[in-house]
Amino acid sequence: MTFNRDKLFEKSLTLSAWLVVILVAAMCLSLVLYALPVFRTTGFGFLFHRLWDPLQGKFGAMPFLVGTLLTSFLALLFSLPFSLAIAIFLGEYFNSGKIALFFQNTTSLLAGIPSVIYGFWGLFVLVPLVRKLEIKLGVLPYGVGIFTASLILSIMIIPYAASVGREVISLVPSELKEAAYALGATRWEVIRHVIFPYARSGIFAGILLSLGRAIGETMAVTMVIGNNNQFPTSLFAPANTMASVIANEFTEATSDVYLSALIAIALLLFLVTTVINIIGRYIIEKLSV
Amino acid sequence: MGDKILTTEHLYAYYDQHCVLKDINMAIPKFKATAIMGPSGCGKTTLLRCFNRLHELSPGGRIEGKIRLRNTDLLSLNPIQVRRRIGMVFQRPNPFPTMSIYENVIAGYRLNGIKLSQNKADEIVEQALKKTALWDEVKDVLYRRGTFLSGGQQQRLCIARALAMNPEVLLLDEPTSALDPKATAHIEELIVGLKKSVTIVIVTHSIGQAGRVADYTAFLYLGELIEFGPTERLFTAPKDKRTEEYLSGKFG
Ligand SMILES: Nc1ncnc2c1ncn2[C@@H]1O[C@H](COP(=O)(O)OP(=O)(O)OP(=O)(O)O)[C@@H](O)[C@H]1O
Ligand SMILES: [Mg+2]
Repeated sequence: MTFNRDKLFEKSLTLSAWLVVILVAAMCLSLVLYALPVFRTTGFGFLFHRLWDPLQGKFGAMPFLVGTLLTSFLALLFSLPFSLAIAIFLGEYFNSGKIALFFQNTTSLLAGIPSVIYGFWGLFVLVPLVRKLEIKLGVLPYGVGIFTASLILSIMIIPYAASVGREVISLVPSELKEAAYALGATRWEVIRHVIFPYARSGIFAGILLSLGRAIGETMAVTMVIGNNNQFPTSLFAPANTMASVIANEFTEATSDVYLSALIAIALLLFLVTTVINIIGRYIIEKLSV
Repeated sequence: MGDKILTTEHLYAYYDQHCVLKDINMAIPKFKATAIMGPSGCGKTTLLRCFNRLHELSPGGRIEGKIRLRNTDLLSLNPIQVRRRIGMVFQRPNPFPTMSIYENVIAGYRLNGIKLSQNKADEIVEQALKKTALWDEVKDVLYRRGTFLSGGQQQRLCIARALAMNPEVLLLDEPTSALDPKATAHIEELIVGLKKSVTIVIVTHSIGQAGRVADYTAFLYLGELIEFGPTERLFTAPKDKRTEEYLSGKFG
């Protein structure tokens, strides 16, 4: 009797694991199928063309690919000093007690805020600020654009790298830190030569998580990026990311090719995320102790 | 007893309000091995950690009284300087897992940002590994991770790492308690050999080990120094009843 139950339990676990695999495969397959029409009309030029003009039947995904990579890596750059600082602060300096808990909870709260709120806040607070900056710099004061989207993204992705980083930093064995102190190292030297090398693969995993979040973020970006389909020529230019162009245009995609082009962009987004994850995993493997 | 290198006067150590060392007065002789013995929890590790000022890094760790290193007040020195002059080996071998064997030996210099020429570094590594009788075993795998070694080899690597800084005193906290008898014998031999060039303070639970390596032995009980003297005298004719009871295995 118990044996049978065990078997049943094991079977249902296996089934749910397979279900996920099947779902991913099915999703992939349907994306490919629906994306086919646009590849039939434009060929692989779809990936490289800089012109996106649905009315003329021109579909090039390059502006959005660049938009996505630019905003997400820029966001990562902006957020990294903060998320690393928070990770060290909470992982090494204050890893227990009331203050630590307060900061930890506040940081994870940042991850729980719905992205539409970030977008709204960005629109009403960040956009005017960026516009002022743009006037100072003497560029066209759109306010919205790649720079603004990167700023909002950088705030949104802080908690991911910060909390994973905090976790791995706090797991560095105290024996190793004491060994370093006993050799006359200062706290900074311990962080740099013992804690960072030991925790680096975990820290990198957190950064990767942040990047993935930035690449896929849709709502907040759509609200502040300016929704312009031109190939971005400046950091302050209004643009679109792969996610934002889909969100922005799928309701108006009247023709089959247009819809297929948007689905192809979704496929591209999926591929970019996967490739970055595979590279990331390889690096994590290389970095791990 | 000859020259003294470390002297404590009315040394008290606390964790917050909890007093774990009470009025310790002892003088550790230069170029000798001194064993610190006593039942579990009596404050042996804490005493070692006072000597290299690691105690003050523990949460709530606080020291009162005086410690002298040669003729200077150790507690008024920069702790970083103290730790470079007084090396420590821990109970469990703790080579840095992110570093190669070579990097582990030279870690003291790298950590402190001391620049060395390649030749000088090679020389320091070779000497330290030779002192710990590890050179022949690892000279062909210097660039492999230190954590690939056996437990006994790892502990000898940790001793080499401490010796590479040329310390005046080497503190060892039960350095063989995680090792098998053969590795233990190896490390004991080493310690006896090292006495010529560095003063040894070793915490041990083994009366046999103290007898084999230590010229002097201190007996701690509940944070107090009960007795301190030449090992042989302490073992054969203890002055205090508690020492006698400890040696006959009544506690600890
Ligand atoms: N980090 C700490 N915080 C608070 N109290 C501590 C801490 N470390 C040790 N103690 C207390 O200090 C006392 C002395 O501890 P210590 O580690 O020096 O003993 P020990 O003689 O080395 O024992 P053992 O033989 O088990 O290693 C013990 O009562 C212990 O409970
Ligand atoms: Mg101890």
